Formats: sequence, structure tokens, C-alpha cells
Amino acid sequence: MILLKTVNLRKQFGETRACDGLDFVINRGEFLSLVGSNGAGKTTLVNLISAHLQPDSGQILLEDRDITFTTVAERIRAGIARSFQIVNLFDGLSVFDNVALSLFSRDGKTVKMARLADHDRDVRRETLEVLGQFGLASKAAALAGGLAQGERKLLDVAVAYALRPRLLLLDEPTSGVSTHEKAKIMDTLTSVVRGGTVTAVVIEHDMDVVFRYSDRIVMMHEGSFLADGTPDEIRANKDVANILLGAPLTA
Amino acid sequence: MTAEAQPLPNRTLLKLVAAAGLILLVSIVVPSLIGTYQLQLVIYGLIAAIAALGFNLLLGYTGLLSFGHSAYFGVGAYSVAFVVAHLGPHSIEFYLLVGIPIVAITSALFGYICVRHTRIFFGILTLAISQVLYSLALSLYWVTGGSDGLRVPRPALLLGLLDFSGPHGFQLFIRSYYYYVLGVFVVCVVLMWVIVHSPFGKALQGIRDNEVRARFLGLRIRRFRWISFLVSGTFTGVAGILWVPLNGLTTPDVLYWTFSGEIVFMALLGGFRNYTGPIVGGLVFTYLKTYAVASTEYWQLLLGVVLVTLVLVLPTGIVGAISRAGQRLVRRNAVK
Repeated sequence: MILLKTVNLRKQFGETRACDGLDFVINRGEFLSLVGSNGAGKTTLVNLISAHLQPDSGQILLEDRDITFTTVAERIRAGIARSFQIVNLFDGLSVFDNVALSLFSRDGKTVKMARLADHDRDVRRETLEVLGQFGLASKAAALAGGLAQGERKLLDVAVAYALRPRLLLLDEPTSGVSTHEKAKIMDTLTSVVRGGTVTAVVIEHDMDVVFRYSDRIVMMHEGSFLADGTPDEIRANKDVANILLGAPLTA
Repeated sequence: MTAEAQPLPNRTLLKLVAAAGLILLVSIVVPSLIGTYQLQLVIYGLIAAIAALGFNLLLGYTGLLSFGHSAYFGVGAYSVAFVVAHLGPHSIEFYLLVGIPIVAITSALFGYICVRHTRIFFGILTLAISQVLYSLALSLYWVTGGSDGLRVPRPALLLGLLDFSGPHGFQLFIRSYYYYVLGVFVVCVVLMWVIVHSPFGKALQGIRDNEVRARFLGLRIRRFRWISFLVSGTFTGVAGILWVPLNGLTTPDVLYWTFSGEIVFMALLGGFRNYTGPIVGGLVFTYLKTYAVASTEYWQLLLGVVLVTLVLVLPTGIVGAISRAGQRLVRRNAVK
């Protein structure tokens, strides 16, 4: 069942066609990886879906509802959340508060001025639950700015996940971390996604990670889709192999 | 900062309440220990602390540096002067009743314009707006008294129950006004503490730390900044309302940009990353300026040297430095 689709989606930066008429489908409940070389258009596509950028033309449909020109806040309310390639956290707040703020925002409680944040039992319980899922419960009181890179990546995803989105867009969740931490992040991520009702789209460069964890892989090249299939189908695709090895495409 | 960042367990809250209670107890006995002049200085200090506390909601918690908070202090002071001149009762409660809505509306209006920008553009806008008010106060002399300003006589307190027109009226007024300002100060400190520890306060701190992430949590950044500006300006305006009956006169000087600079100085002096920093900064600055002015004609140079030293040696301010020293001491004891 289709959760989100784009119709002839275009975005151009000067002469560069970052998204060149993309017809893209995300199915409900899948763990989808977007792969491709730098400049292929992966981040632009995620930016368009999350309203970080507006398209030049085309449509974005969430369960057949046109959300092409809705704001970031409206997309979040519709159930689309994201993390960033460069970790984006509230470094001056504690790990607990980073996640709690996400929950306050989701529940429309950030307007409350006359009540102490720490005294909201529901948010407190759910925050600790999310931190537990991501293995960060022991770090709850630490400042987010003081965490190690792997923990920061996990917290970045946890903050987005705490919004309880239907579609979670993750831009390189394992970049800049060790191989051991990569496996930990991806194991945590997949267990969280598969345990709930979340659909995940992950931009990833590490093909070992992609093949191991994805239900479906979409390969992009110069603003277009080059291949779309299961890990086995993608592994057998010669064009994908050539792109990954830097060789020219087949005719 | 660290202390604020962590969730407050009940034991910490208890310690905090106990410490605040002790300070309050000392504050209550202060008038019986010091003379009228010194008590007057303490009142000025408490008023400065309220102004800096309001200012710091913008700087410390929202990440916006205003160079124009003299505008809200001045609007508070002038609104009292207008009440005295044109309306009726010379009662501090009436001044607050009329002054607070005027300051809130002014802050909301100017804030709406200023929060459309951030960083240097925000700072320049706030500065420009306060300078416009300063120019108006100077040029509209038939309304504002021009450079002579407007006089404000000693008001009655507690809805006219305490009147100070008799002999020894001044001494009695200072003593009573101290308790009055202390009461308002406590209310302001508690209110602001609740605000910065509320979900709204957490959202402000989130916006301060990372605007992009805050936007992708669905927070409406500009609206939060606007409300923060409104609350901040109103607190500073309350300080202006309390200041003018003590000073007996308001002149355009309180709207001038150098006065905004003094409020920024207070926050830096105490430490804008700590909740209590601006309070300590407001009190210390009042004494520092008073004694600097009394001891040398080059008092501005002296304050300048203090500011430079502060930025270089104590970048986290007095409270930040004490807090760090305390943490180091605890760590050293733990190692032993």
C-alpha cells in the first residue's frame, strides 16, 4: 500500500537538475534505502519531501493528499519527520530535554508557560521509553553537546522518532561513526522501525549496511532513478555496480 | 547552564527552595542592619535585577541580543509619569495597573517588527527603535518635558494604606518601598523561573541552540521569539515602573542606547548562561556604577576596564565562575 508518492517532481539549482521529473513511491512499512554517488539528488529528494525545499514543479502526495506546497509544520503534523546528514541537536539541552521537546511539540504543549516541563508525567514516561529504545536512558541527564558522535547520531534519530511519524526520513544516519557503531545504530534503528508503524527512508553510502538492512533499494544518478528493487535485484544490476565502481553506464 | 539543562529531581528543587528561603530571610532583616542610603542602593539593585532578568529571557534563553531594552524600561517609567500628570491616584498599584499593559503592548508591537530578523540585524533594529523613542522624548517636550523630564512624587503603597507625606516621610518611604520592591522582585523571579523551566521555556532554548532542528519539530520559530520578546520587554518595563517613584524623575536618558548597554553589561557581569546570573549582575552593577561615579570622573573608563576584564577572564560571569569553582571543588573532594 502506497504511503507517499511523487509525480514528475523537479528541482533545479542553476544548470544542475537535482531532481529531474521523479516518479517515486514509498510503500507503507518498508525500510527503503536511497543510494547513489554525491550529487545524485538523494538529499534534495528528502529535502523536497520534508518541505526543507520547495519543488520547481510536480506533486507530492501523502496517501493521495496533495502536500506539495504545505509548510514544514504541516508536514510534521501529517506524519513526516526527518534527521539530518550533519547532526542537528539542541546541544545546550540535556539528552532528556532533546527528546522531551520533541514530544511537547508533537502534543501541542510548547505553548504552556505556567507549568514545569519536568512535572509532565506523560512526557517524562514516554521520553524515558524512547531513550530506552535507543539505548540512551543512562545518558538522560547529560548535555547533548557532550555526547560521543555515535550517541549523537542515535539521539538525532530518536528526536525525530519521538514525533511518532508515519514516514521517517534519515539522511546518512551512520556517517562519521565507526563500523561497530554503525551496526549498533542500524540494529537499533531497524528494531525500532520494525517494532512500530513507521516507514523509513534512509540515505546511505555504506553498501554493506544498505544490503544488510533494506527491504528495498533505490539508486539515484544525476537527478534520476537508475534502479529500484530488492537488495538481491540491486546486487545483480550491472549499472549499479558500474556506478559504485565509477565505470560508465551500459547503453 | 549545566544545572538548567538537567531534569530537576525533587531533591534539587527542595535545595533550591531552601536556598531561596534563606536569601529571602536575610533580605527581610536587611533594613534593620543598614542606613537609608544603603537601603536605597539595594532597591536600585533589585530593580536593575528585574530589568536584567527580563532582558536575559531574550539573550540567555532565546539567543537574541537586544541593544534596545532601555525602550521598555523607559516606556514603563514614562507611563508612570503620564499617569501622575494626567490621571489620578498617586498609588504604586495604580502605576503598575496602567504601566504593565502599556509596556506589554509596546513590547508586542516592537517585538513583532524586530523578531523578523536575527543576529546583528535584530540587535540594530532594537537599538534603532529605542533611539527613535529617545528622540521623541527629547523633541516632544510639551508632553515629555524634553531634557528636563517629568517629576514623579512619592506614591502611596498598598492602595493608599501607606502614605508618606508627613515628617520622616522619605525614610519611611524607602523602608516600606524596599519591602514592596522585594515583593515584586520575588514574584518576578518565581514567574521567570517557571517560564524558563516550562515547555515554552524549553522550546525557546531549543530555538536558541538549533533553529533548523526546532523548525523540524514543528515549532513556529518567529511566534516563540515574539512571545519571548513580549515577556522580556514587560519584565524590563516593570523595572522602569518601580524605578521612577524611587528616582523621583524620569528623563530621556533612560531611553538612550547607553542605558541599554548597561542592561547588557549586567547580564554579562552576572553571567547570562545562568538563571541567577542577571540578578547578581544587576545588583553588583548598581554598586559598581555608584562607587565608580563617586570615586572618579573617569568612571566610564573604569566600567570599560571591568567589562574588558570580564570578557577576557570571566566569560561566564560571576555566577558562572563561582559555579565552575564549586564543581571543581566537589570533583576534587570526590577524588580524595
